[in-house]
Amino acid sequence: MAKTAKIKIENLTKRWGNVEAIKNMNLTIEEGDFITLLGPSGCGKTTTLRSIAGLEEPSGGRIYLDGKLVFSKEEEISIPPSRRNLGLVFQSYALWPHMTVFENIAFGLKIKKLPKNEIERMVLKTLSDMKLEGYENRYPQELSGGQQQRIAIARMIINRPDIYLMDEPLSNLDAKLRVDMRAELKELHQKSGATTVYVTHDQVEAMTMSTKICIMRDGRMHQVGSPEEVYRKPVDLFVADFISNPKMNFFEGRLISKGGNPVIEAAGFELKVDPRTVGNIETFTVAVRPEDFFITEKGVEYTVTNQLPAGSSTIVIVERGNDKISLLFEGHFKTATGSKIRLSVKEGLFNLFDKGTGKRIY
Amino acid sequence: MSEAVTKTSRTKIFLRRIARKLSLPQKIMGLVLLILLIFFVFLPAVNLIYTAFSFSYSDRVLPQVIERGITPTPGRFTLIHLERVLFSPLTKNMFLIPLLNTILITAGLTIIALSFGSVLAWLIVRTDLPGKRIFANLATIPYIIPAWPIALAWLNIFKNTKVGGTPGLFEYLFRVTPPDWLSYGPIPIIICLSLHYYSYAFITVSGALATIDSRLEETAELLGASKWQVMRKVTLPLVLPSILSAFILTFSRGIGSFGTPAFLGMPVHFFTLSTQLYSNIKNNLSGDAYVIALVMILMSGISIYMNVKVIGARKSFVTISGKGFKAKPVALGRWKYIILIILIIFIILGVFTPLYVLTWQSLMEQDGNYSLRNFTLHFWIGRSDELNRKGILIGEGQAGILRNPMMLNGVWNSIKLALYAAFFTSFLGIIIGYAIVRDRGSLLSKLNDALSFAPYIFPGIAFGAVYLTMFAKPIGPIPALYGTFAILVLVSVAKHVPYSSRTGTAAMMQVNKELEEAGELQGAGFLKRFVKIIFPLTRNGFVAGFMLSFITVMRELSLVVLLVTPKTKVLTTMIYYYAEIGFHQFGDAITMLIVIISLSGTVIIRRFQKTDLAKGIGG
Ligand SMILES: Nc1ncnc2c1ncn2[C@@H]1O[C@H](COP(=O)(O)OP(=O)(O)OP(=O)(O)O)[C@@H](O)[C@H]1O
Ligand SMILES: [Mg+2]
Repeated sequence: MAKTAKIKIENLTKRWGNVEAIKNMNLTIEEGDFITLLGPSGCGKTTTLRSIAGLEEPSGGRIYLDGKLVFSKEEEISIPPSRRNLGLVFQSYALWPHMTVFENIAFGLKIKKLPKNEIERMVLKTLSDMKLEGYENRYPQELSGGQQQRIAIARMIINRPDIYLMDEPLSNLDAKLRVDMRAELKELHQKSGATTVYVTHDQVEAMTMSTKICIMRDGRMHQVGSPEEVYRKPVDLFVADFISNPKMNFFEGRLISKGGNPVIEAAGFELKVDPRTVGNIETFTVAVRPEDFFITEKGVEYTVTNQLPAGSSTIVIVERGNDKISLLFEGHFKTATGSKIRLSVKEGLFNLFDKGTGKRIY
Repeated sequence: MSEAVTKTSRTKIFLRRIARKLSLPQKIMGLVLLILLIFFVFLPAVNLIYTAFSFSYSDRVLPQVIERGITPTPGRFTLIHLERVLFSPLTKNMFLIPLLNTILITAGLTIIALSFGSVLAWLIVRTDLPGKRIFANLATIPYIIPAWPIALAWLNIFKNTKVGGTPGLFEYLFRVTPPDWLSYGPIPIIICLSLHYYSYAFITVSGALATIDSRLEETAELLGASKWQVMRKVTLPLVLPSILSAFILTFSRGIGSFGTPAFLGMPVHFFTLSTQLYSNIKNNLSGDAYVIALVMILMSGISIYMNVKVIGARKSFVTISGKGFKAKPVALGRWKYIILIILIIFIILGVFTPLYVLTWQSLMEQDGNYSLRNFTLHFWIGRSDELNRKGILIGEGQAGILRNPMMLNGVWNSIKLALYAAFFTSFLGIIIGYAIVRDRGSLLSKLNDALSFAPYIFPGIAFGAVYLTMFAKPIGPIPALYGTFAILVLVSVAKHVPYSSRTGTAAMMQVNKELEEAGELQGAGFLKRFVKIIFPLTRNGFVAGFMLSFITVMRELSLVVLLVTPKTKVLTTMIYYYAEIGFHQFGDAITMLIVIISLSGTVIIRRFQKTDLAKGIGG
């Protein structure tokens, strides 16, 4: 017998007048998953999260938590948020400005009418877990963004919800803190084992933290899969492009025959393919990630036109006629701008997409 | 999935939907609010129209009824009132002349108040005039205190003995009887109202001027425009919306103004629509009165509609605030000191003299005798059996306001009324805010929004008149309320709904919805969320709203003048009474009391709300 899903979303839609924020979404999230809703601004991530939490009333569909129906438009069922046993970290943190850190975190416990000393013990314990000792009497406004963010998380986890929902919790932090917090959140998830739905529009964040990524655009789900899957096997051009950093390279590709073997000719490169995967299609959109090129004597000659060093890696822009490619190299790139390099694509590390539908073929 | 639908029957699903909708706090509040608004705003409006077009018991004495042999069954439809007011020999005196007078006064007042207020605003916000802050504060005093004390002071100075009574200060000092046109009628009314209403224009326009990004003007200057051109081509168009808004605001308030035309017009039979309405009600001609009320509502409705059209939004009666980029002040050059002197004279004459004269008059044993020997504190603190030098009872045997049980009863009534009204008003404000903001976009929310704005177009006297007939007899669950204190509270709360709705929605908008939702996720029920989260975060707005309504209700005259009875009379209606019978010292003492309460209330508001007055508009 299959294990019941932790969260199951069926045919979820949400409309505001003419705006369709979510279009017929289906998603299953297993117990212990760390799933990221990833997509550009306005694609419906927050709306999805709020629908799961019960703060937004969807226009149609069903939601099950632990196999229990918590929302159904057809049957007019909607269990209130407080009875769904989940916690939410808002994009704005939504810390109460008139309460101290202690009061913010203790709020839910006071509602549950726990004994006072028990509340105090739990709050102090959580504060120390979140490395926030000594801040209990401050007001949220008196803390840094990172500290506020941790208080928002502390306020959520102290109630021990089954499900953590987090809406872009790191988007207000500076780059350095964001990297630290990623690790902390991942650790938190591993320790607690709570099913987590995490919203972000930062693909690096999604790749580093999730067990599963759900990529959305315009209210529609494009792909759900492990980070590896969405990275190596993006279902369509949108996913391929969105998951790439820096920008994915797209070329026009043609199927030709070279010495009896079918190869794809694109931007001067010749890419070996299995004839069975391409069938009888002749032209494709070829996508190659910036990190999937290498320099080799036998490669195609390109001219270096620009370099963007970032310490541990360097983005190099190269051109050849009308073809322009972004490359990503580890470490420092020693070739001067203006000089020529010879490039090749790593074996098999490219994708082919149907030019009409944009769907992946290989 | 259709399986599920058949499993649970359709009616059950429908009931579930209703139950779920009704369990949402914003819906509950919205429904409660809608019921309240229907009872206290919508039905009164319907009743007004109904009364204007039906017979009432007292109509059997109307000549038209007797001549035509009609039986005026109370409640039956008739056009007789419309005919009497608009198409009969009475029309000229009962409608046309008051209408023209109203237009004359309103037009005059609007032009003077607007131009003066705007120029003053420009001088204070945009020039290098010395002492700008002090002027700004002094210039808003008339805004804080009611309009009619200025009229009382005017009477005090310019009244002449021709109409009867004691001489005014002018006649006393110069031994010349001031001409009638200076003592009573349109000119003094326009001047007195302008001395009050310029402050509205001043506040609105200076608010707009202060928020203009002066870089816009500087750009024009860099492009070679002269100061005058910049003013005409850039500054003026930018503040034009707020000037227009002030124009229409002043206009619609002018139509409804009652106290000033009553004090300065009625003694010489100069009637405006509002005083005509009052006298019709007093003469048992309520049907006719309501036709006039309809005309007044129509006029102010049109002016507000125009405002909405011009400014583009209902919030046009909210003044703008914010921070623009500070401009380099315009140098007034040698005009500086001339303008300064003119302003000082204006502040002394226009702002302080009325207060000073009223205080003085309240300290005179004998009205009209301005010598120092006539000084007495009797009207403030005297005992009822106090005798003067000639052995006559001072104040006709009435004790001073601070120890006279009848007056103290009025003081107490006023305070009680203001407290109750302010409490309910600000409480309602939160409900309205919650119901409208948290349910934004729904039909219920829109309906509530529209209905809560409606009392704004009712002139105070008309609103009071409606309540008079509406609640004279029991309706539904509400018993007959005429003569009770409750009706005063009700009418005051209802009339202030537009303001409480505005402060309430503004306060609620500041509270991010997510703050409440975070509480909901933590398991807090609605009441808990309200007490622990929403209220603490809107408290300042609540307190400021409370004080604002307190002051406004405290000084309200036209709204309650038709509704008070000897038992429920309040300070303002007592002043009106004393002014009518010509017993000025008491009226003046009470007026000063109201002025003091208003001013100190404002100081308290400012402490709670570290913003300027431009943010709130009182009655
Ligand atoms: N209350 C609302 N009324 C009308 N439209 C709304 C409302 N809330 C969201 N939308 C619309 O629904 C769409 C999805 O919004 P949502 O907030 O879910 O996006 P998001 O993916 O969270 O974006 P972001 O990354 O910017 O937070 C947007 O087009 C938005 O404009
Ligand atoms: Mg969002």
